[in-house]
Amino acid sequence: MTVGIVLVSHSRELAQGLAEVARQMAPSVPIVPAGGTDDGGVGTSFDLITAAIAEADQGDGVVVLYDLGSGYLTASTAVEFIEPEQVGRVKIVDAPLVEGAVSAAISSQVGGDLRAVIAGALEARRANGPGGVRSLDDLGG
Amino acid sequence: MACDAAATVAAIRAVAATVAEHRVELTHLDREIGDGDHGENLSRGFTAVLIKLNAGEPDTPGAVLKLVATTLISTVGGASGPLFGTAFLRASTTVGAAETLDGDAVVAALTAARDGVVARGKAESGDKTMVDALTPAVNAAKSAADGGGGVSNVLAAAALAAAEGAVATTPLQARKGRASYLGARSIGHIDPGAQSTAYLLQALAGVAGA
Repeated sequence: MTVGIVLVSHSRELAQGLAEVARQMAPSVPIVPAGGTDDGGVGTSFDLITAAIAEADQGDGVVVLYDLGSGYLTASTAVEFIEPEQVGRVKIVDAPLVEGAVSAAISSQVGGDLRAVIAGALEARRANGPGGVRSLDDLGG
Repeated sequence: MACDAAATVAAIRAVAATVAEHRVELTHLDREIGDGDHGENLSRGFTAVLIKLNAGEPDTPGAVLKLVATTLISTVGGASGPLFGTAFLRASTTVGAAETLDGDAVVAALTAARDGVVARGKAESGDKTMVDALTPAVNAAKSAADGGGGVSNVLAAAALAAAEGAVATTPLQARKGRASYLGARSIGHIDPGAQSTAYLLQALAGVAGA
């Protein structure tokens, strides 16, 4: 059981770099970057995302994460073109990209099914970091 | 002029020309309240469409629309690819294999296009997006067809309403897309997606009325 993860970003380097970071904690998980346009510019690519989903899917499903809104638009368009047999196990998740990727990757590495990996990604919506300002109230004055 | 495959190709060529003509303006609008690539994106998409049309023209209006859809989806890397691409895709599916389109068919295509954009991007009227040009266009198209208008009346009505809708986005605050990050600073600028939608319909109407 290995759920794959696709990282959609407007930047090729951002997606690749994040994949490297996530792989450190999840070496057996297919974590596939899909960042930038086809010619390496800023934007998202239907073809790259489609190929990434195919690569990440080992039969147990795929969680797709994205950075900004149009990343979701392109990813959801790509998902519409997926074979009926596969489409039910490909889920785009609304979570912060970096934290969601790491959390989802770990969930998959420890054998989580699709639902567990989605849950892992969603935890990033609530999780605090180790420190830093969390509210303007913290600033006082 | 019957709205057959050849007429549809002519209409799309006119759209490509309009997009090229307004590329700088659309980019400028997008620089004001977006990431500054709208004109370039549409230009890239429709240049790719022209290349495909030059290689071989599809034989039904629906097939032409589908070619535009898949090309935009795979060559335009911003929000316009999925949004305009979905619009053309839904229009294509709606007109099916018909050899020619009448006024009612064009209304159905425009309506499906608008519905596709809304389903994809979840924008509502007033969010300051292309929907604010498309929905008035659909409503005007329906009225024109209900009044007995043919393709040319329907598209002329749609184009006019879209142009008015685009201008009407000026005082709105963006609630979708990159512009929404600007908050109140998006007020006072025309939404680039609404403007390009108006230009697109204007080009279609121009060919239909010729």
